[in-house]
Amino acid sequence: MVRVQTPTDLDAWRTELTATVAADPARPCITVCGGTGCRVYGSEKVWTAFRDELERQKVNATLHFDVKVTGCHGFCEKGPLVVLRPQGVFYAHVRPEDVPKIVSTMLIGGEVIERLLYADPQSGAKIAREHDVPFYKGQNRLILDQNGDLDPLRIDEYIARGGYDALTRALTTMTPEDVIAAVKTAGLRGRGGAGFPTAVKWELCRRQPGSVKYVICNADEGDPGAYMDRSIMEGNPHRVIEGMLIGAYAIGAHQGYVYIRAEYPLAVKTLRHAIQQAEQAGLLGKSILGTGFDFSLGIRLGAGAFVCGEETALMASIEGRVGEPRPRPPFPAESGLWGKPSNINNVKTWASVPIIINRGGDWYSRIGTATSKGTMIFSVVGKINNTGLVEVPMGISLRKLIFDIGGGIPNGKAFKAAQIGGPSGGCIPAEHLDAPIDYESLVALGAIVGSGGLVVADEDTCMVDFARYFMAFTQEESCGKCVPCRVGTRAMLATLERICAGRGQLGDVEYLLELGEHVKRSSLCGLGQTAPNPVLSTLRYFRDEYEAHIYDKTCPAKVCKGLITYSVVPDNCTGCMVCLRNCAVGAISGGKQQLHVIDPALCTRCGMCQSVCKFDAVMVN
Amino acid sequence: MHLTIEEIHEIIDREAQGDGSLIAALEDIQGRFRYLPPEALILAGERLGVPLSQTYSVATFYNAFSLKPKGKHCLNVCMGTACHVRGSPHILDRLETKLGLKAGGTTRDRLFTLETVNCLGACALGPIVVTDGEYSGQMTPQKADTLLKRILRAEAEHG
Repeated sequence: MVRVQTPTDLDAWRTELTATVAADPARPCITVCGGTGCRVYGSEKVWTAFRDELERQKVNATLHFDVKVTGCHGFCEKGPLVVLRPQGVFYAHVRPEDVPKIVSTMLIGGEVIERLLYADPQSGAKIAREHDVPFYKGQNRLILDQNGDLDPLRIDEYIARGGYDALTRALTTMTPEDVIAAVKTAGLRGRGGAGFPTAVKWELCRRQPGSVKYVICNADEGDPGAYMDRSIMEGNPHRVIEGMLIGAYAIGAHQGYVYIRAEYPLAVKTLRHAIQQAEQAGLLGKSILGTGFDFSLGIRLGAGAFVCGEETALMASIEGRVGEPRPRPPFPAESGLWGKPSNINNVKTWASVPIIINRGGDWYSRIGTATSKGTMIFSVVGKINNTGLVEVPMGISLRKLIFDIGGGIPNGKAFKAAQIGGPSGGCIPAEHLDAPIDYESLVALGAIVGSGGLVVADEDTCMVDFARYFMAFTQEESCGKCVPCRVGTRAMLATLERICAGRGQLGDVEYLLELGEHVKRSSLCGLGQTAPNPVLSTLRYFRDEYEAHIYDKTCPAKVCKGLITYSVVPDNCTGCMVCLRNCAVGAISGGKQQLHVIDPALCTRCGMCQSVCKFDAVMVN
Repeated sequence: MHLTIEEIHEIIDREAQGDGSLIAALEDIQGRFRYLPPEALILAGERLGVPLSQTYSVATFYNAFSLKPKGKHCLNVCMGTACHVRGSPHILDRLETKLGLKAGGTTRDRLFTLETVNCLGACALGPIVVTDGEYSGQMTPQKADTLLKRILRAEAEHG
């Protein structure tokens, strides 16, 4: 490992790296996605198979083929993903058995294996190149650009691609004020959810007296259905470190912490490794690049409390206490971690900083809308064909995101709503599909950009149950410190549970609306202030579904157990006994080749009979 | 797995020499033994200078900590939003019925603990169940049965 002591050292290292074969972009290379999703699909077996096969065919005796395990490529639906570079041939759902054939075709050159190519869901046409796949084509990848290309465990790969150049520029040619000015020109806003202007926060922290200040990276990605922060840390950890270094320089901090969820073991490992490498390379520690600027970075693990994503609760947790928020002011910029001025930003915000310094605030501010600049990463999940991470300019329409990039809704079902912003966000119905996604317009529609979780619901999703789900989540995660949140969320949840159980009453809707407003207005922290959003937004757009539950005692989407019954369709039932054998509570009667009957009194509505029936003979009413 | 007082001491000592973080010490103990025995709370508090009341409040506040010993096999059903809309409640139901307990519980023979997790961030594979650290995706109630059967068969063979 090279230890850089001056900017010249770093330049020399980069020049040396780019001159060697290792970093030559034209070098044949097999990249296998090593993100959490693809690992679950078995990508580890795939890259082992590649290495074995190259060995077996003795390929590298004459050629230099590299098998590279990268971070998350983003297109999780199609994993394990393999991309052959430099051509960019994109293979989906690769299994170890496919490996010998892939290596052979690579050696011949030019030939592609049709079967493994991505097929357009509408036309069925095969697409050979990664950048032609609609999922990638519609994106503008600034933060995720290197995720599919570099080995996250090697700092030299990051440096060869211009890594830590922004740091050099900031430390040697810019004053801290210049850095803040660049971020201000860029118009960068906090990517953690609230969208507060980053430069304003930095400036406030910089102006505080005292020599001890902290910078913190909020990687406590707690929103269910959002995993972009993890993917950045797993795929390109040095960009986050570089962003924090630049921010620390701007603010005047010498110590930083990354607060990361313990549920993300791979991200923790990758980040820990990256910090060690940066320390060995002299990019963290004393007098970085010989400029006299000191900075060290530590990791703190979150212990599974959603509220710790709130900045004051997060700091309490780093201090080793119960993660309860406290009233602001004083803001963390004035009195934060251990009472010192502190600045907290989200992973995406920190990762955007090197891009802004490299390309300039003006350049960055040209992306996005008038008030929301740059790109945003969404994790598009739920009832969607192309589950994955999508980085798009702010201001893109939901329709484009869901139907062009996301590939629409599976099984020909109809789109019902997009839930944006997690448990703090709201549902946006089909009539607003053309609204631009930016901070202001989403708030106007009753949702928030939040951390970028976007869950698609189709006609089979019950919006009352959906709201109940989120309420159950926030109620469980409410820390209990303030009354409006502790008692209010409980009361709202009880009402929603009653409605879903078929015991809704006249006045429930009005009660939810009134209570929701109170909880929003009077809760101490962001958790309580936003907890009613999923309920209020579904009430705004899907009030008819609530009314069907309360007055007609029906669940239009046939989800809520208290309002549905399972029965056998006599014309379709062949008397095959499969459902009968699988029923855990013995609610199905009938003999072989006799019509089966479900006893509603015994039935627990578990849905097992319907899922095992091959003849479509179980229906829900 | 039995834990000894010496091992608890060892973990706490290591933490006390570092940053002295109570949460990190408890995380280590939990990671190693999968629960926090009362002795660990008392010792950690004493060594790190934190009153037992505060140690207890930290141990009960965070979801990662458990004061009850867990079963030999941990089944974790992801209840993230993506898994929810793809039918995770059905999976949880099935496992609860089959094991005869509610989420968070442990079977009387200490063989299974059934838990839920808020999101594993592998949403393309939902609904997901993690059994002893191994992920199974695109679950159905049927596949949940198979999962249980496989563990029971392995238990019958190897004990």
